[in-house]
Amino acid sequence: MKELVPVLVGLPLGAAFLVAILAHVRGGARLTGALATLAVAANLALGIGLWAAAAGQDQPGAKSAVWTVWAGRWDGQTELDQATGQQRTRPIGIQLVWDGLSRFMVIVVSFVAFAVIVFSGAYMRRFTTVWLFHTLFLLMTGAMIGVVLAGDLFNLYVFIEVAAMASYGLVAFGTEREELEAAFKYLVLGVVASSFILVGIAILYSLTGQLNMARVAAALGELGTSPAVLLAAGCLLGGLALKAAMVPFHSWLPDAHPSAPAPISAMLSGLLIKTVGVYAIARLVFGVLGVHAVYANVLIALGVSSMVVGMLLALGQWDLKRLLAYSSISQAGYMILALGVAASLLPHNRALAGLCAFGALFHLFNHAAFKSLLFLCSGSIEQATGTRQLREMGGLVRRMPVTGWCCRIGALSIAGVPPFNGFFSKIIIIVALALAGRVVLCGIAAAVAVGTLLMYVKVQRYALDGQPGPRVAAARESHWAMGAGMAILAAVCLLAGVALSVGPLKEHLLGPAGEALLGGAKLASGVAMGGGQ
Amino acid sequence: MKGMTSIVRDVTRLVAGVVMVYGVYVSCTGHLTPGGGFAGGVIIMAGVVMLVLAFGGERANELLAESRCHVLDGSGALAFALVALLGFFAGGFFVNFLPRGRVHQLVSGGMILPANLAISLKVAAGLIGIFLALVLATRQPSSQE
Amino acid sequence: MGIAIYMLTFLLLLIGVYALVAKKNLVRIIMGIAILEYAVNLLLVLVGYRRDGTPPILPRGQTAAELAARAVDPLPQALVLTSIVIGLSVTALAVALAVRLYDKYGTFDMNDIRNLRG
Repeated sequence: MKELVPVLVGLPLGAAFLVAILAHVRGGARLTGALATLAVAANLALGIGLWAAAAGQDQPGAKSAVWTVWAGRWDGQTELDQATGQQRTRPIGIQLVWDGLSRFMVIVVSFVAFAVIVFSGAYMRRFTTVWLFHTLFLLMTGAMIGVVLAGDLFNLYVFIEVAAMASYGLVAFGTEREELEAAFKYLVLGVVASSFILVGIAILYSLTGQLNMARVAAALGELGTSPAVLLAAGCLLGGLALKAAMVPFHSWLPDAHPSAPAPISAMLSGLLIKTVGVYAIARLVFGVLGVHAVYANVLIALGVSSMVVGMLLALGQWDLKRLLAYSSISQAGYMILALGVAASLLPHNRALAGLCAFGALFHLFNHAAFKSLLFLCSGSIEQATGTRQLREMGGLVRRMPVTGWCCRIGALSIAGVPPFNGFFSKIIIIVALALAGRVVLCGIAAAVAVGTLLMYVKVQRYALDGQPGPRVAAARESHWAMGAGMAILAAVCLLAGVALSVGPLKEHLLGPAGEALLGGAKLASGVAMGGGQ
Repeated sequence: MKGMTSIVRDVTRLVAGVVMVYGVYVSCTGHLTPGGGFAGGVIIMAGVVMLVLAFGGERANELLAESRCHVLDGSGALAFALVALLGFFAGGFFVNFLPRGRVHQLVSGGMILPANLAISLKVAAGLIGIFLALVLATRQPSSQE
Repeated sequence: MGIAIYMLTFLLLLIGVYALVAKKNLVRIIMGIAILEYAVNLLLVLVGYRRDGTPPILPRGQTAAELAARAVDPLPQALVLTSIVIGLSVTALAVALAVRLYDKYGTFDMNDIRNLRG
């Protein structure tokens, strides 16, 4: 059963190339959308199945099941060397890790990807060469799942690169002037980030001689925070912070995300920054580099600056998609801040660190849901009315009820209004910060939450309520497929708040994720060194 | 784009075949000497690039249309995925299931040889597609209708 | 010899970053990307260097244990192969974007291609 874990990556990648072949076969070009939707749905089903199988092996308390899969069976086991008759270990292999955190992330990625591809079935009809979109979309989804499953540093880097390259192509998809320019800027900054990540990996390899994350963590445990390790960590964290669009490395996001077509913006903002950025930073700091105070403070600084700057820049925006993009920076800041505080608390107060990590991961899930929902709504609005400017909209709730109500649900969720999901994750983070004694951070987080509320009240007032503008009066409701995609995410926003805070989903989905994050290297190293499972 | 003079065309006609055979050789002996799938694919592509430069882009497009490159590209990738998935019969993902043979023989190393051939097909087709797309790019309207 | 070559590699990396940051012509920026990629790959290969080492290829008549004792580290070379492929793809994509941008704007100058604001 655990050998099926690599299929989670292989299925979207194989389907991507199948789409490429199918599109050039006679009559196949119309089927690519169906094939892509089928592939993503199958991946989601497989992910849920494997999650259920692993969750069945969870023990109550902090011990969640960890499966490790070695590609090609090149595992770290000791074996008898035929020539010399001695025991030796084969330490070089690609390890895929299926622990609580990767289970959680795979579910998030597959689910949002499914909603987006359902939406895009109708939205992408305005483009020619739609098969290219499906190929790149499947490549990006497969690569993001690969990032989440990766158990060694270089595999992580390769999948980050594949996802990034697919996203460069997708941002430029419409080949309008804006999109090309935004894609070029995004590409250049992405290449700088990737190069620094690779430099960091090179330095870590030269220091420890290992690439497997668990073994590097063990080797770094002895090295501590020598200047070389700090240099490597600086390069890695700098590159990943650029990918996650943290302030001061955020300048590519406000151009790239609004210019892309709406389903792509949803995938980029809701998923790509989270997996390639926030997840990779979390995995590295907790699992590889170790929770030293230096890294925790860096994360806290990045988180606070992103939260504040993102919110301030978003408040003045009148372009809906640009506002959503800046607000993504701000919400990602919440997650990094909570992770940083968890890292600083981990040595002394594990329970409180667990609460911070729980809040961060919960917010990651929620943000994927409501930000993708908001971007899909903006796409639907743009297709119906032809504008992205808030001042030209108005009264959308009456003219386009499905889109309008989904947009309202998304806006209320991100603003943190109960009973939607944003409220729960934000209150957990703020309470955890207060309990940790970080009163200043708690105050800043609460202030940013109020600012977010203001910005989305503005969105609702200008876009959803009020008198219909001339463009809105001529608008009609969107295709049912677009409505279905939005409705799926809106339902998640409505239900996930309660469903993930208490009950079986917390026990088996979110709880093990937090535990796996905090367990970090220790949890996986036991499996990497001695026993495979 | 136009081709080049007749001297260039005649010499290229002689040399390009040798270059492409050399590319196939490099990708076949990837498990014995430096090289392998990627390097072999790039050398094959270099042979085709020589032909395109000598004979002109339109003639190349008649012989190897860009859509054919997409199909070959995808087939190479799917062949590689097939090699990986066939490992399931031997116990896991990507397990080397073919007999290993002896060191230094051409047919040795299990599935490394088929994997190298698949990769070289994909790389060659993909790079030729990229080259043809860039060479034949004309001023097009945006893909939005 | 040891530290000087790493310094030179870092210098190459900084030259690449400088070209990316300070140049206005799109083609020069793409060349900066290429130089940056070269520098990072060079650094990665140098990590595996061993003094008086042989290439990590098994010639006839040598056992694996002897090779392991004398050869340079092959793992960074495998990493660099992958990295070269990634760099090639990114450069190809950047060139394609630059060609399309030239179609739209008629120029390669970054200062004229500044439509997005705010």
